Amino acid sequence: MDALNDSLFVTQFLNGIGLGAVYASVALALVIIYRTTGLLNFAQGEMALFSTFVTWWLTERGVAIWPALLGSMVFSFFAGAAIERLIIRPVEKSKNQLNLVIVTLGLFLAINAVCQLLFIKPGQDQVLMPLMFPGGKLNLIVIDIPWAIVGRAAVLAVECAVLYLLLQKTKIGLALRAVASNPESSRLVGINPGTMLMLGWGIAAVLGAVAGTMAASRGLGGFDTSLMQQVLVYAFAAAALGGFDSPLGAVVGGLIVGVARTLTVQYIGWLEGIDLIVPLGLIFVVLLVRPNGLFGRNIVERV
Amino acid sequence: MSDRSTNLPDTPPAFATPSAPVVAGEKRLPWLRIVFGVVVAVVALALPYLNDPSTNQIFCQVMYLALAAMGLNLLTGYNGQISLGHGAFFGVGAFTTAILVVDHGWMIEATFPVAALLAALVGVAVGFPALRVKGLYLALITLGLAVLFPLVVKKFVHGSGGVALLKPKRSQVSSVVDFWADDIYRYYVCLAILVVLFILAWNLVRGRMGRAMIAVRDQEVAASTVGIGVANVKVWSFALSAAYAGLAGALSVYIDRTADATNPIVYFQRSIEFLIAVVIGGAATIGGPLLGAMLLVAIRRRTEGTEAMAPALLGGALILVIYVLPDGIVGGLRRLSTWIRGRTSGGAPPPDGAPEPVAPAPAPSPT
Repeated sequence: MDALNDSLFVTQFLNGIGLGAVYASVALALVIIYRTTGLLNFAQGEMALFSTFVTWWLTERGVAIWPALLGSMVFSFFAGAAIERLIIRPVEKSKNQLNLVIVTLGLFLAINAVCQLLFIKPGQDQVLMPLMFPGGKLNLIVIDIPWAIVGRAAVLAVECAVLYLLLQKTKIGLALRAVASNPESSRLVGINPGTMLMLGWGIAAVLGAVAGTMAASRGLGGFDTSLMQQVLVYAFAAAALGGFDSPLGAVVGGLIVGVARTLTVQYIGWLEGIDLIVPLGLIFVVLLVRPNGLFGRNIVERV
Repeated sequence: MSDRSTNLPDTPPAFATPSAPVVAGEKRLPWLRIVFGVVVAVVALALPYLNDPSTNQIFCQVMYLALAAMGLNLLTGYNGQISLGHGAFFGVGAFTTAILVVDHGWMIEATFPVAALLAALVGVAVGFPALRVKGLYLALITLGLAVLFPLVVKKFVHGSGGVALLKPKRSQVSSVVDFWADDIYRYYVCLAILVVLFILAWNLVRGRMGRAMIAVRDQEVAASTVGIGVANVKVWSFALSAAYAGLAGALSVYIDRTADATNPIVYFQRSIEFLIAVVIGGAATIGGPLLGAMLLVAIRRRTEGTEAMAPALLGGALILVIYVLPDGIVGGLRRLSTWIRGRTSGGAPPPDGAPEPVAPAPAPSPT
C-alpha cells in the first residue's frame, strides 16, 4: 500500500493531473474561441489573469473563495463578450489574420499592464490567493490523493459536463455549433452569428476565470502578473495536441501535457530550468506527424 | 472549416499596387521624388552631427529594429508565414556576436556576417518543419521558439557573475577611424548596413524570388501549378528573414553593448516588437518596417519611466492603429496620395474620398 504512496512516479503523475486540469481549462477556452471565431487568442492567458485578480479582489473584501470565483465568472462572461464585440469584431471585418494576431497581442500587453496597475500596489511583488480545496488527502483503498488534485480534477470534470450539455443538448449550443461550422448558412436559419460569437468569448472567459483561480490558489506563495504566461504556452501545446477544434482533444491534451511535464522534469535532470522544451517538443512532434492533432478534423483546401 | 483555412492567404494585407503609383508618379513628377530622396539622404547623413551620443544611440536602435522588422516583413508580409519567433533569431545573432567578442576577442564588425549566417542556419532548421504547418499553427511553434531561447541561453551561457549576460568592453565597440567619434562611427555603420539590406530587400521582392514569395503567400496550390517550388521558396524566405533578424541582433550588441537573456520573456517581447513594427508600418511594403520602428521607439520613449503604463499604452496604441490604419502607415499614405491625386487631377480615377479602390481586395477569387 505504502509502496504506491511513496512512489515518486505516482506522486508526480498525480501532480501532473493537477497541473493538467489547469492547462485543459485554458485549452478548452482557446478551442472554443478558435471554433467560433477561427482565431488563436493570444490574450486568453491574460484575460484569465484579470479574472483571477477579480476573484482575489473579492476574497480580499471578505467574500469566501467559492462565491468570489462565482462572482468573477459572471464578471468574466460579460467582459469576454464585451471584448469580442468592441475590440475583436471591428478588426475581424478586415479578414486579415495578421491584424487579428496583433490585436490579441495588444490585448495581451494591455491587460497584463492593467492588472499590474490596478491590483498590485507599488513595492508589492505578489498577492496571496486563499486555498480552494482543503489540505489533507483523500484516502482511496490503495492510495492517498491530495484533495487539491482531486478538487482540480473534479472542477475539470464539471466543466466538461456543463460544456457538453450546453453544446450538445440545448438550442443555444446548437446555434453555437452552427455558427462555428457555417456562419452564412446559420444566418439563413435565423441565428445571429454576432450574438453567438459574443457568447463563445464569454464562455471562454469564464473557463479562463476558473483556470486562473485554480492556478493561483496553490498554497505555496502568492502569484503575480506572470502567472498565466507559461500556462498559456502549455495550454497551446494541449490544444495543438488535441487538434484545436476538438474540446475533447483539449482536455485529453491538457492532461497529457501536464503529466508529461512533471514526469520529464522528474526523470530527466538536464531539463531543469528548460522544461518548456517539453510542451514545445510535443507541439512540434504532433504537428509534424499529425498536423490536425490527435482529435482534429482534416481540412480540405480549395483553390 | 475550409473557408477559414484559406482566408489567410486570400487577402493580402497591403500589397496593394506597389508598381502602379510609382509609375504614375514617375510620369508626372520625377523631380519630386528626386528632391525627396536627396533631402532624406542629407538628413540621414547629417543627423549624427546634430545630436548628442545618447540620441544617436536611439537612432541606431531604430535602425536595428527596422532591420529585424524588415526581415520579418520578408517572411510574414511577402511570404505570408506568421512568425512570433524572430526574437529568437535576433537573440542568436546577439549572442553569436557577444560570445565571439567577449570570449574569443574577435573584432566586432567581423562577427556580423557570422551572426547573420548562424541565424540563417537556425532559420533553415525551423523553416523545414514549418513547411508542415501554416498560419496560426506556425505562429504557435515560433512563439515557443522565442520563449525557449532565453531559457536555453541561460542554461549554457555563463557570462560575468555566472548569469546569461555578456557585455563587450567599451574599447571593443569603439571607432576605428580618427575623424569620427564612437557614436557617429557606429551610426554610419548601422546606416550603411541598413541601406544596403533595404535595397537588397527591395530588389528581391520586385524580382523573380519576390514574385514567387508573393504567389506562395496568396495561393499556394496555384503557385505550385505554375512551377514555383513552394518548399524551396518558403525555406529560403525563412533563412533570409532569419539572417536579417540575426544581423539586427548583432547590431544590438554593437549599439547597446549587452546581450541579455536573464529576463525569460525578453526575446518574446522582441518578437512582438518586430511584428508590431511591421504591421504598424505596413506589411509587405519596403518603407513600412522603418516607419513602424520609428513609431515604436517614439512610443517607447514617450512612455518611458512610467513602468507599468508603458505596455498598457503600447497595447492600446496597437489596437488603435489597427483600427484606424488596418494596412499600416504606408497603406494609409497610399490611400491618402491616391485621394489627393484624384482631387488634383480633376477627380479622374478614384471618385471623391473613396479609399477603397487602392486595395484590389477580392483577389482572383477562389472557385
